[in-house]
Amino acid sequence: MTDTKQVAKIEALATRVRVDSLNMVAAANSGHPGGSLSEADILAVLYGAVMTHDPKNPTMPDRDRFVLSKAHACPALYGVLAETGYFPVSELSTFRQINSRLQGHAHIKTPGVEMSGGSLGQGLSFGIGTALAARLDGRPTRTYVLLGDGECDEGQVWEAAMSAPHHGLDNLVAIIDRNRIQNDRWTDEVMTLEPLADKWRAFGWEVAEVDGHSVPELLGAFDRAAETKGRPTAIIAHTSKGKGVSFMEDNPAFHGMAPNPEQLKQAIAELTSSQAHD
Amino acid sequence: MTETAITRQVAAETLVELGGEYSDLVVVGGDLNKSTYSNKFGAAFPDRFFDFGPAEQNMVNVAAGLAASGKIPVVSTFAAFGTARPFDQLRVGVSQPGLNVKLILTHAGLLTAEDGASAQAIEDVAIISALPSFTVIVPADGPEAAQAVRAAIGTQGPFYVRLSRTATPVVHGSDYTFVVGRAETMRQGTDATIIACGIMVHAAQVAAASLAEQGVSCRVVNMATVSPLDEGAVLQAARDTGALVTAEEHLLQGGLGSAVASVLSGNLPTPLEMVGLSGYAESGNSKALLEKYGLTSTDIADAVRRVVSRKTGQPTS
Repeated sequence: MTDTKQVAKIEALATRVRVDSLNMVAAANSGHPGGSLSEADILAVLYGAVMTHDPKNPTMPDRDRFVLSKAHACPALYGVLAETGYFPVSELSTFRQINSRLQGHAHIKTPGVEMSGGSLGQGLSFGIGTALAARLDGRPTRTYVLLGDGECDEGQVWEAAMSAPHHGLDNLVAIIDRNRIQNDRWTDEVMTLEPLADKWRAFGWEVAEVDGHSVPELLGAFDRAAETKGRPTAIIAHTSKGKGVSFMEDNPAFHGMAPNPEQLKQAIAELTSSQAHD
Repeated sequence: MTETAITRQVAAETLVELGGEYSDLVVVGGDLNKSTYSNKFGAAFPDRFFDFGPAEQNMVNVAAGLAASGKIPVVSTFAAFGTARPFDQLRVGVSQPGLNVKLILTHAGLLTAEDGASAQAIEDVAIISALPSFTVIVPADGPEAAQAVRAAIGTQGPFYVRLSRTATPVVHGSDYTFVVGRAETMRQGTDATIIACGIMVHAAQVAAASLAEQGVSCRVVNMATVSPLDEGAVLQAARDTGALVTAEEHLLQGGLGSAVASVLSGNLPTPLEMVGLSGYAESGNSKALLEKYGLTSTDIADAVRRVVSRKTGQPTS
């Protein structure tokens, strides 16, 4: 299915998204770098290959929907939207500044952002709404919702998880960014999530577990989700928070802390070196 | 015998009518569809009716997703469950993006059969009025409920329509036209104005009639749209009558009385008395509840006498 050229192109997009994310957070001196780096490959695969979308026509009715439920990790979303042409890359420097379209948490005022978020747990329910609407209208639209693993502590996630299979929404995919770190600490210290895949299975979902930094594995999982009929798919993407930057990787400190200028310089050097995609 | 109507039933029948007119109208229910009568819509348009069980947080964001895809979603459940439980979802998911979601909620206020305090939504108007994008309508009766639902569906933006469980008096004729955001003067008067909403409009009319027999002339204003408030009508009443009473089946904090007080204090300080609830209530039949918690026409008439006394400096008769 996947050719090496396509994979290389998506990996290059993911690297640009990571660099953009860190530049944004560093310039704003606030924001959420760790989760932006963990989700960057997922976003690059969706926007670079999987989704039907048109950056020049962000409200095209038949577009696929991407919903960032973990809306604090919006730097990577803004990065991928800019890199694919929704708005100029130069606008990224306005992140978190007054009068900017790029809010601290994703908001629909940004072209390409489907849902206003910032309070955890709401995205999957929203995605059920867009999936139901697509089915009612007989549109081919598919909805992809990205959740954080810590976000799965929210009860509403499980209300939604119970209802999507009940309504047979096979045009809906939930991706859980399983980076094992949430705001304060490691997820296992805050709240036990495992067996996470079994939980989704028990709620009636088709479940896939993939390396969330492997472009071919992600592409394969999205292909299989599209072929699954009668029920939604949950993809548990095993990732590392801060992926691609040695001192951020698996480091809870960088959930919501901006790198200083020295750290930014080193991070970008690491990301843009040939070792970035080992 | 006063004619009565059940506003939740009228609203549900109106939704069925509107379902034929708006192909994008959908209803999201929460396992109370027999009580809200939303099952009527479900029977008429089964493919446009979705039950999500008693999971109000999910329901609200599902509705937001439907609205973001061009649907006109109605969230249908009890007022006690559809306002407080999903407040965060209404705030971040609906109000901040200004999505076209319609909360049409029933069993509001005190009159929830004998279900008691947990079922009595008496903070709901305050809760939803705190959300800047929402229009909040408290219909006075069946005819107004039908028109309020029609207006909510036909007007872009988030709406809350507050409905009662119990049959309540009809105060409007068939020639009445409801306009969102516009107060209705139901009776002219010179000594004081009663500004009421919901079931208290009828009580205000009864109070005004009895006060007239005692020589006190009351204007009665139906303020069905509580947010945004018709400030012009409030200030006109203050200028014309110099004394105001508000009446609502809701907490005094954050409801109609608070909104009127805010307008008056900022523009034209005027003696004001508020009839409403000062705390939680309990189980009991409608008549007993309204009497014990001070929501009768007698309570309104007493408030009018107090406010007129404050205006004139004369003791109440």
